[in-house]
Amino acid sequence: MHGLVNRAIQCFVRDTYGAATWEALAREGDLPLAGFEAMFVYDDAVTDRMLDAAVSVLGRPRDTVLEDLGTYLVSHPNVETLRRLLRFGGETFEEFVESLDDLPRRAALALPELDLPALEVVPEDGRDTELRVACRWPRAGFGHVLVGMLRTLADDYGALVLLDHEGWDGDAEWIRITVMSGAFSTGRPFRLAGSWALP
Amino acid sequence: MTRAAGVTDAAGFDVLMPMHLRVGADGRVIHAGPTLRRIAGDRPVAGRALFDVVEFRRPRGIADMAGLWRRAGQPLVLHWRGPCRTQFKGVAVPADREGGLILNLSFGIALVDAIRDHDLKAGDFAPTDLAVEMLYVLEAKATILDEWRKLNGRLHSARLAAEAQAYTDTLTGLGNRRAMDHVLERLVADGQAFGLVHLDLDFFKAVNDTLGHAAGDHVLQVAAQAMSDVTRAEDTLVRAGGDEFLLILPGQVDGARLRDLSERLIARLQQPIPFAGEMCRISGSAGIAVSHGGDMTVPVILARADEALYAAKAAGRGRAVVYGDRRVAPAMAGAAGQALPRPDPAGTA
Repeated sequence: MHGLVNRAIQCFVRDTYGAATWEALAREGDLPLAGFEAMFVYDDAVTDRMLDAAVSVLGRPRDTVLEDLGTYLVSHPNVETLRRLLRFGGETFEEFVESLDDLPRRAALALPELDLPALEVVPEDGRDTELRVACRWPRAGFGHVLVGMLRTLADDYGALVLLDHEGWDGDAEWIRITVMSGAFSTGRPFRLAGSWALP
Repeated sequence: MTRAAGVTDAAGFDVLMPMHLRVGADGRVIHAGPTLRRIAGDRPVAGRALFDVVEFRRPRGIADMAGLWRRAGQPLVLHWRGPCRTQFKGVAVPADREGGLILNLSFGIALVDAIRDHDLKAGDFAPTDLAVEMLYVLEAKATILDEWRKLNGRLHSARLAAEAQAYTDTLTGLGNRRAMDHVLERLVADGQAFGLVHLDLDFFKAVNDTLGHAAGDHVLQVAAQAMSDVTRAEDTLVRAGGDEFLLILPGQVDGARLRDLSERLIARLQQPIPFAGEMCRISGSAGIAVSHGGDMTVPVILARADEALYAAKAAGRGRAVVYGDRRVAPAMAGAAGQALPRPDPAGTA
């Protein structure tokens, strides 16, 4: 697994529950106490051990841990850059959701070795405001991360949505998205020029 | 543009080319695309002369409509006239039989400056324009560069710590043999003058044997502190192994002064060192050699300091001897062996 993924989970635990919890989790999962390097690639088993340890140390169900991780990824100031990169996907929440198909390709533009789940957006017949997203990855569970991300990004865009993780059907996790209102609130501002572009 | 008005319609052009200027044969701007209208702000361009709105940079010499006509279809570089001299890439094509032109623009490599200066949104670009993807890649690149920079910083700190560790004697905190080789080689290579004191503790083995290794370790630490006290920050102190030390003193080539310093150090070492209710008594012998800068190799100066140390020991310990100096100084603290707390087991005194 790419170090970025491992590091994201590590930062989520550290920033949400504190350094002591991260250290307890690292001991439980036999993980490097100093944490992961974002630019290295680690064995997949390390990520599995980390998630198992997170469930046990945080005392929360796996699905909840993963959804909280998704929320963290697009809302915490320490990972603001990820929220910005995602917002390049579209000007409105609907546009963003439709661009999810492109997410792995977008990620590969930045980091070719970052292996993200394949996402497929399927419109629901006859219903403009409803669609389903199939999430295919060798490891089940990313769908819950995606639900957390989508829920928070909907707020970010100012959209009012219903999200439902419909479960795993053998080759994909399915998420149903119903957009109640695309412009429910003003949301958070987004400018194309990030801090990197400022003099 | 909901119905088939065709692209001859200005609204259609605005969608395809939000950054185009329609210019009449007289050189006046007839219409500007929505993004250019945004850039123009409170100085609308419609009705103004094209050459008052933009200035052509490349190719050189485009100063009128005839000049622009001659360059139709070719890549152009121009910039906006105004407080923000935004740079554009462009291309002009004939728009009508009367001599009008359409000049379509893009930001090219000046994209980042442009979005910053004009606070543009994704909707300000044509849907087919790759500008937003380019911004995405730039932002991703900046993020990843930042990660690499942080990683490099961590690796650099770790390397410095590892290097410092590799050059340090952990017991005394002085340099080790590797540090000695490094410093001596550099001084010799740079042709710098320096003094070298080769110091051997006397009676250290007796302390170790009678009071134990913990006492021995403590004595070594106290001895190291004494060396640090009598030398300067720029001197290098090395524990070369066991009870053997080297003091490398850049710029110190006066034999008498080096002997003075060594004698002061030996006097310090002769002060009893309390440890766990016992008194540890040691002394030291020093051999001194100087290099006047590039006149001898590292092995030669080490051999000279060693030879002087041998002479100091042979003359009765508790002494400092400068290489080449025939006069052997009297032992510190009176007659060797007598005033010294422990008799010399080998009886060389």
